[in-house]
Amino acid sequence: MSTLPNPSRRNFLKLAIATSGGLFLGFNWNTASADTQAILTEGTLAGAIDFNSYLSIAPNGIVTIFSPNPEVGQGIKTAFPMIVAEELDVDWKNVNVMQAPLDTQKFERQVAGGSGSIRHSWQRLRKAGATARQMLLEAGAKQWKVPVAECKTEKGMVIHTTSGRKLSYGELASEAAKLSVPSDVKLKEVKDFQLIGQVAKNVDNPKILTGQPLYGIDFYREGMLFAMIKRPSAFGLKLKSVDSTAAKSMSGITDVITFKNNVAVVGKSTWQVKKAIDLLKIEYEKESDLESTTDHNRIFEELLNSTNTTVRRKDGDVEMAFKNAAKVIKSEYQCPFISHSPLEPMNFFAHVKPDSVELIGSTQTPEAARNETAKLLNIAPEKVSVEMTRMGGGFGRRLKTDYVLEAVEVSNLVKAPVKVIWTREDDMTGGSYRPAVRYRFEAALDKQGNLVGYKLRGVGMNSGNCTREDNFPSGAVENLLIDTVEHKSPITTGPWRAPITNFLAFAEQAFMDEVASAAKKDPVQFRLELLDKAKKSPTGAIKYDIDRMKSVIQLAVDKSGWGKKKGVSQGFSVYFSHFSYVAQVGEVVMQKGKPVLTKIYAAADCGVVINKSGARQQIMGGIVDGLGHAMYANLTFKDGAPQQSNFNTYRLIRMNEIPEVEVHFVENTIDPTGLGEPALPPTGAAVANALFKATGKRLRNQPFAEQEGMKGIS
Amino acid sequence: MALFKLLVNGRNYEADVDPETPLLWVLRDHLGLVGTKYGCGIAQCGACTIHLDGEATRSCVLPVSAIGTAKVTTIEGLSSTGDHPVQLAWDEVDVPQCGYCQAGQIMTAASFLKHNTKPTEEEIEVAMSGNLCRCGTYHRIREAVKLASTKLK
Repeated sequence: MSTLPNPSRRNFLKLAIATSGGLFLGFNWNTASADTQAILTEGTLAGAIDFNSYLSIAPNGIVTIFSPNPEVGQGIKTAFPMIVAEELDVDWKNVNVMQAPLDTQKFERQVAGGSGSIRHSWQRLRKAGATARQMLLEAGAKQWKVPVAECKTEKGMVIHTTSGRKLSYGELASEAAKLSVPSDVKLKEVKDFQLIGQVAKNVDNPKILTGQPLYGIDFYREGMLFAMIKRPSAFGLKLKSVDSTAAKSMSGITDVITFKNNVAVVGKSTWQVKKAIDLLKIEYEKESDLESTTDHNRIFEELLNSTNTTVRRKDGDVEMAFKNAAKVIKSEYQCPFISHSPLEPMNFFAHVKPDSVELIGSTQTPEAARNETAKLLNIAPEKVSVEMTRMGGGFGRRLKTDYVLEAVEVSNLVKAPVKVIWTREDDMTGGSYRPAVRYRFEAALDKQGNLVGYKLRGVGMNSGNCTREDNFPSGAVENLLIDTVEHKSPITTGPWRAPITNFLAFAEQAFMDEVASAAKKDPVQFRLELLDKAKKSPTGAIKYDIDRMKSVIQLAVDKSGWGKKKGVSQGFSVYFSHFSYVAQVGEVVMQKGKPVLTKIYAAADCGVVINKSGARQQIMGGIVDGLGHAMYANLTFKDGAPQQSNFNTYRLIRMNEIPEVEVHFVENTIDPTGLGEPALPPTGAAVANALFKATGKRLRNQPFAEQEGMKGIS
Repeated sequence: MALFKLLVNGRNYEADVDPETPLLWVLRDHLGLVGTKYGCGIAQCGACTIHLDGEATRSCVLPVSAIGTAKVTTIEGLSSTGDHPVQLAWDEVDVPQCGYCQAGQIMTAASFLKHNTKPTEEEIEVAMSGNLCRCGTYHRIREAVKLASTKLK
């Protein structure tokens, strides 16, 4: 058993509910906390700032746990309570989960992003459960007048081991509430986990499967108005004039308003608004360059030859290494802009009142929604409340607050509660895309085929640092230079699931395959040799765990039968992102002279797996997502206007296009890290490298399906 | 505007709407049945799938004026207690990630299984490929359809 070093008693707060009985245990996600205060009724819970969440145990034994983080499909609303329930030692079927609203005083990092929620909250959630368990244990011992050491807990019961007497948590909850909060608690050993690592179903399944209101778009309130917004038809245009006569005359339309470069049509139902908005006559004028995809291809060339670069990492003497190289390999990889396209299009409810603002809807970042609303209206953030609904996907799109602010603007202008809804076309053409990026790689090999020099230049459209300079193979190559150049484009970009690495991983791991091939080495062996070198004689900082990376490689090799299969072409890829490690092997079989992707093996190390069902699906779904976007996604531009606006022209992967996927986890006792993103980055290269083996053709640009001979491979 | 009488999930409703209004928006905005989802509005994603006289139909492109006396079934009415074999299978396999597309997937699967009670994997893929799942739960959807077929009465 591990004991937490000096946990602050002040981080915990217990409260007895005078009316209903039971134990309410407030606990803190933060380490620091103000002095505790007695809280006696549920009513005062809302006002309590000393703790930031709570679990309650009712007299009937039902445990309620508040989950503070937004649920976007990553499964956090199921995984968080599992951790508490494990340490509390309670039967999972007696656990109720509630979505907490935004409360920056009680919670921190109420964000769905960066695959960071589990990693961030693991210890705190465990401590909360263990503290309540300890109090129940003490309450039982007190009741029986026996030493605590003679008692144990099991599935919501306190048991006196010597006499066999039992009391349920529900029976003990009120007594436990009278005890002082223990100053230190013991956490379970990983090997003793009974719930963590098991299958727990999505806690919202009953609602999802019967169509009950859950998502932002489902929110309705009596008297609420509906709004749609016409945004500029191209990036680089601004509003010149609006003729809204026809739209205003339509039945059900209450307002047509203009703000910034947008025209909002407000009315009594979605369809009435949709019909009216199509009648707007709007003229736009040029505000900046209207870029086309052909311009981007030219700009990429210019940026690659730029001398005005930002150096991200420099080790050794790259120029000398390339000068003395026995062989130099050089390749370029390019990806297009892509849309997030969560299946629930952007929408948000806002009610701007004289003294407060109410926000309700799907957001990955409720705190930013609040702060930017406060800034927009020039009011204090405390005046803005945010209620998070379940999200119909996000993939990073809902980390932006533009669609929240639009709802605020409209509600503020029409002085009414308003839900703004984006059509699919609005969603796909309205911006904030994964940036289009091009990479140029250069590798220098010595006579023995050792990698002695490595250069990567990343250039892109509003792409910031489009490299991850400390990722593998950095640390394994003596002479290395990684730099970037960015083009400022009117086309808006933002984080897209596994930002940057969603394509960078493909480029790096496909190029690694090219280099291994040039060195006449097995691609897996080549990577392992580099990792051994990084371990024995590291160059510069190494920010990934070499042993963990090797262990996922080994697991993928073992499970896929790497190099041992006849009639199957395998491709390898491994990537470290968001503190987790994932290796993948893609398999391609030639059928009637055409390559067909049949299977992808995945080996993941995310430390302790919390929910086997959720975790497995994050890997499977991540692979399907990575494959689908590598294969098909392509958002092109003409004069600043996106050329695809719905799923008839912007292709998403479908069920008949998926390969078999087999998932394996490295079993260890390391503190858990996230899984929302890490399975996606390696997929593109596992597929492309397998296709190379099968066909001899290198895929360097996405989408694959638009490259010669690659139609119908999945 | 015109008054339409609709039979939805065995219940009579009236909606005073523009005859062109797609059934999807009548369900969501006027009848308060929001289980049927908007995803694309052009019958490409299947999130809006309902049953019209038992057949899977895209409600986003179906004008309310075209329904006539046909019976409409939505996810809310697929079963009274959420225990349709397809719903049970979806839960057992733990299909949903974000869950947004799943009502449409379930309605498609339920209709499909009425016609084909013992489908092959390939038949399932053909039947289900009209429904997009942005989270990529396709493997589990396929498994759940298979499982549901064993639960049919």
